[in-house]
Amino acid sequence: MKNSIWQSLVVGALMAVAGYAALFIAPDEKTMHVIQRIFYFHAPAGMVALLAFTIVFIANIAYLINRQPRWDWLAVSGAEVGIAFNSVVLITGPIWAKPAWGVWWAWDARLTSTLVLWLLYISFLLLRDLMADPDRRAVFSAVYGIFLFLDVPLVYFSIRIWRTQHPQPVILGGQNSGLDPTMRKVFWFCWLAMTGVMAILIHQRYKLEQARHEFEELRLRAEQLSAEEPGISPPAGAMRT
Amino acid sequence: MNAGRAAAVIVAKEVRAEFRARELLNTTLIFAFVVVVIFSFAFDPTTAESRRFGPGLLWIALLFAGSLMLQPSFAREHANDTLDALCLAPVSPFAILLGKIVANFVFLTACEVLLLPVFAVLYNVALLPVLGRLVIVLMLGTFGLTITGTVFSAVAAQARMRELLLPLLLLPVLVPLLLAAVEATAGLLADAPELQRTWLEILIGFDVMFFTASWLLSDFLLQE
Repeated sequence: MKNSIWQSLVVGALMAVAGYAALFIAPDEKTMHVIQRIFYFHAPAGMVALLAFTIVFIANIAYLINRQPRWDWLAVSGAEVGIAFNSVVLITGPIWAKPAWGVWWAWDARLTSTLVLWLLYISFLLLRDLMADPDRRAVFSAVYGIFLFLDVPLVYFSIRIWRTQHPQPVILGGQNSGLDPTMRKVFWFCWLAMTGVMAILIHQRYKLEQARHEFEELRLRAEQLSAEEPGISPPAGAMRT
Repeated sequence: MNAGRAAAVIVAKEVRAEFRARELLNTTLIFAFVVVVIFSFAFDPTTAESRRFGPGLLWIALLFAGSLMLQPSFAREHANDTLDALCLAPVSPFAILLGKIVANFVFLTACEVLLLPVFAVLYNVALLPVLGRLVIVLMLGTFGLTITGTVFSAVAAQARMRELLLPLLLLPVLVPLLLAAVEATAGLLADAPELQRTWLEILIGFDVMFFTASWLLSDFLLQE
């Protein structure tokens, strides 16, 4: 408990400094001015989402190899946190695009593949929601998760070809090409802060999943006991999972 | 019994079961017809327009039909617990999965053979001059669809709401396949028909990657 308070404080401070740096330290962008500053949260969130999905993939493989429930806990934590950051990308993107491009959304390569990525992992979470048995859920969602992650490069690659073959109404310039040194520093600092937020969220979500698992085992034990001795019955609230 | 022969036995069993019940093919085919017809009300089906949205229409119809057709592939084994019996057979789990994939591929191909002429007539698209190349695209696309669809059918069979779940699991994953198949088909229906290599490579890549993945992961899908 004390540990997690310390972690939250450190990451909170990092985020505060990152926010300050993005708003005040980073130099003004020549054409987009203040709206460009959303980039310091938008791009790191996208990178962190990919990192979280990579963690899901590793956890899926590890679970299939050694069948320890903790890998399954990590997989679901990573997927949920990844979806959260992916949503940040999908929300901050249009906020930036409206003043910069004049439209909220364009079927540009990066936007489209981020949206597809979001859909892929939403269906991963949906699948898990619809499976009751913990062991089966772990195995089958791990198999599905591996298929999903293998699909990601194909999605990026095919959408990129698709969107560069067609004329584009809007132009997305390479953001990273020739970034100002101060901008680059601020950017990587924001990335670090975001990764810290991700680590804390995954850690907390993992502990929640672990607590659920322990609760479930206690409930099963209580049910067994009450079956043996009709006098003892599990508390009413414990019947639901 | 080696894997190839075991898979062949499974294919024969699936085909025999289908020809006795005749429910899967009929329903899928009529569903695909309905989608193809319904689309003409959503768009203006003139020849020029058809050439533009025709490839997308064809593949959307096939993807929807496939995601419906593949759903019972494992779910119907649950009715009489026959999946347990299959898994008890002294063959590798991959042979069972492969048998199912090939059987589904045969069913979906049969639907396509019947659907294509209707599509060509209704939308006035000349398929005959490019038939050979179109068959390649169709086969590659259908194979990718049946690999992922069959594997996810085994996954979805374990969950609640499985009828609704399979399209949800399958369609986002099929985005690269749909893109590549539609663009390749569009290239064939253009004024100067051309089979673009890039899209063909993506289709082949999709098939090879997911076929390998289903081979590696078949143990986990079927041993439970």
